[in-house]
Amino acid sequence: MSENLMSLTLRIWRQPNAATAGKISEYKLAGVSSDMSFLEMLDMLNEELTVKGEEPVAFDYDCREGICGMCGIVINGVPHGRGNSAVATTTCQLHMRNFKDGDVITIEPWRATPFPIIKDLVVDRRAFDKIIASGGYISVNTGAAPEAHANAVSKLKADRAFDAATCVGCGACVAACPNHSGMLFVAAKITHLAMLPQGQPERPLRIKTMIGTHDELGFAGCQNAGECAAVCPKEIPLDTIAQLNRDLIASLFNRAGKSTAAE
Amino acid sequence: MSATTTSFYRVGKDISDSVADTSLPVEEIWADRKFKAKLVNPSNRRKLTVIIVGTGLAGGAAAASLGEAGYNVENFCYQDSPRRAHSIAAQGGINAAKNYRNDNDSVHRLFYDTVKGGDYRSRETNVHRLAEVSANIIDQCVAQGVPFARDYGGLLDTRSFGGVQVQRTFYARGQTGQQLLIGAYQALERQVEAGTVNMHTRHEMLELIVVGGRARGIVTRDMVSGAIKSWIGDAVVLATGGYGNVFFLSTNAMGCNNTANMRAHRKGAYFGNPCYTQIHPTCIPVHGDTQSKLTLMSESLRNDGRIWVPKDPADATKDPRQIPEEDRDYYLERIYPSFGNLVPRDIASRQAKYRCDEGLGVGPAVAEIDPDGTERQVRRGVYLDFTDAIARMGKAAVASKYGNLFDMYAQITGENPYETPMRIYPAVHYTMGGLWVDYDLSSNIPGLYVVGEANFSDHGANRLGASALMQGLGDGYFVLPNTINDYLADALSFPKVDASSPEVVEAEQGVQQRISDLLAVQGTRTVDSFHKELGSIMWEYCGMERTQAGLIEAIGKIRALRQQFWSDVKVTGVNEDFNQTLERAGRVVDFFDLGELMCIDALHRRESCGGHFRAESQTPDGEALRDDENFLYVGAWEFGGDGQTPILHKEPLIYKAIELKQRSYK
Repeated sequence: MSENLMSLTLRIWRQPNAATAGKISEYKLAGVSSDMSFLEMLDMLNEELTVKGEEPVAFDYDCREGICGMCGIVINGVPHGRGNSAVATTTCQLHMRNFKDGDVITIEPWRATPFPIIKDLVVDRRAFDKIIASGGYISVNTGAAPEAHANAVSKLKADRAFDAATCVGCGACVAACPNHSGMLFVAAKITHLAMLPQGQPERPLRIKTMIGTHDELGFAGCQNAGECAAVCPKEIPLDTIAQLNRDLIASLFNRAGKSTAAE
Repeated sequence: MSATTTSFYRVGKDISDSVADTSLPVEEIWADRKFKAKLVNPSNRRKLTVIIVGTGLAGGAAAASLGEAGYNVENFCYQDSPRRAHSIAAQGGINAAKNYRNDNDSVHRLFYDTVKGGDYRSRETNVHRLAEVSANIIDQCVAQGVPFARDYGGLLDTRSFGGVQVQRTFYARGQTGQQLLIGAYQALERQVEAGTVNMHTRHEMLELIVVGGRARGIVTRDMVSGAIKSWIGDAVVLATGGYGNVFFLSTNAMGCNNTANMRAHRKGAYFGNPCYTQIHPTCIPVHGDTQSKLTLMSESLRNDGRIWVPKDPADATKDPRQIPEEDRDYYLERIYPSFGNLVPRDIASRQAKYRCDEGLGVGPAVAEIDPDGTERQVRRGVYLDFTDAIARMGKAAVASKYGNLFDMYAQITGENPYETPMRIYPAVHYTMGGLWVDYDLSSNIPGLYVVGEANFSDHGANRLGASALMQGLGDGYFVLPNTINDYLADALSFPKVDASSPEVVEAEQGVQQRISDLLAVQGTRTVDSFHKELGSIMWEYCGMERTQAGLIEAIGKIRALRQQFWSDVKVTGVNEDFNQTLERAGRVVDFFDLGELMCIDALHRRESCGGHFRAESQTPDGEALRDDENFLYVGAWEFGGDGQTPILHKEPLIYKAIELKQRSYK
């Protein structure tokens, strides 16, 4: 595809730190190539700001291949700029050919109470790690594993586990949700591990501890808006939340696992 | 050897690994070592602290495993979550000698393939152990819930990979790295919850603390607050990955850096084979000067795609579909009729470079600086054409095999690869070199261990496909937890170290000084502009083809650039803040030193082997020519001091189980 150069107006959320109020600042940027990625466009702005002696815009990024889950910006009101892209995408895989000369682009951080802003477009998503730590795993110490072929897994279930396991933990689901629920993130892990025979012993306990932690950290419940699945860069299906609800109800009738009251 | 070459380094004493008992047959050494290594009583483990830097496959697996064993683990990463380490981006798969295919695979064959693939520049004992633990890795990952590909019988599927003749590669669609890392991450978070591992995200290691000759801690910068803090432990493990970003453009994540390794190197740790880098042939080409990183596409594409360039440079901008067959040069099929498009990575990469150097490249023209300083526009791309495959197999069959790769290409380039040939170009992908370690994965500084891509140990001069994940997890789950005890068994009697110890105070002050120096320059050029310039020097002179004259030129250029950096770099903001410019500036400082060391290593190694191609050492038909007589050793470099030449220590390589052979693909 041939390269076009464009001039843009960028309206970017600037906030020095969590304790200071932020505001939108406007920047003009010319000479943006349609072949650039969205984050390369921000790199270009930052190079110009640095030369002028101004503070560059802070934003998170790492692999720039759409797999590490580090990047995440709300673009024109939609996480990862999904509103400007024909396909599911992370911010780093959004390219400037989806924009045109003269566009005004509004760029903001994830906004959700459990994800406090660190600076500009950077937020703290450690809440997701805490949810995983509370039960999003199969307990098996190194060296204690049986032979890999000890358990066969039907291809149907293996594929469904895989589809759920593709979650990159970016948090777009939370940013898109009107309630700031983290249910799609939790549901992806619940579904991944619930489909596998190795995941069964801890299944009733896992859902209780993960949902408990999710709620404690300030994420709200799901009201089926479906915005999460619409912006998910990995297209985690909304029906994983149905799986989560089924497992949650089943767990209430199952006394397996350790009881927190007994401790 | 010419005087010009030797003026760049000194030669020190030979070294060797003194841990593995090489009087035993190679297959008995690991069991022997595990038996002889000292143990730590479980009740003593909780009194000992291990500092682990990095949370990728090697670091995450090690932290989880040592936490399970009962040690106190302090684990650090620069990302906002341990799950984001760059192991996550590996696509293809992980090798294991399970022989599920009944196709003559065995531990010995995986060992043999890895040594041969490394072009006979790796240590036999380490590689054999890697092959031994490979099967355990698959068991462990499956038990964690890693969703490997399965067949309809519910059992694990495998495929062939990287030019070997058995199907031993386990995979999880095109994202094996992600799935393996999530498995390790979940095991790690379980230990965080259990209280054995303290996780420190958004922390960067900026110095190693050495007390009484032992590694006893690190100094970190909290990337949110800027706080500089020392952490004291009984051993330090570096699991900090590779250094491909010295080239600026690579398939590494943007944050990958070599600061931890270089800081350890400056404190005495030897750097093994820094010049061994792997350039991967099938990456998406550079689109322009603002390119920030490169994206790899699985080399499986070469199974069905045909690689070509136009014969006439005037056709470079023509629609490739309009270029008739007779005007195309399918150069790999022409030069290597028996292997064709499936020649090894290094050969495919080098030939693409030659075509583009000749002016036959396609795609956007990008500015390059010639060795004589003049700027020229070069098209860096060759076609990878699926027209024949689509005609032969049908579009649906091509889509089912390569659909995700085609989609990724379309999203990045805006071109439809089903209709017009893809453009590809080689990119820096993996670094086989790293800190020197012995059989226990201990560096030459007692108490400093190095695992995964950060060490030099298992891949020799070239890494085979699907072996990086194997090594990272092998080191983290099964090797380190069985060797580090031997050191920690004596740790309770080590002298006490705390924040007021002079070595700790000095290390912290050094970090603070370096940061204030960076902030004080207040010049005119951005950090990235220096990094890009360093990268282009490295790519031009220490990339796919290296020459004595070019490397000497490069060393001079790097030294001049480093000087300019310290007088003209512009680092905005302050230390006591979230400051990404400052983070990058510190990494570039260490990349200057690393780049120079890589060039010196490449200069001294006057042979071609694996990923290191010296133009002066080739066969009459232009293939890499090894020189076993003079270079059958690991080059382990000792830091000689700022402004001083580094010291080369040779570790002779001894092959007992495998016979040395020259590679041939004709």
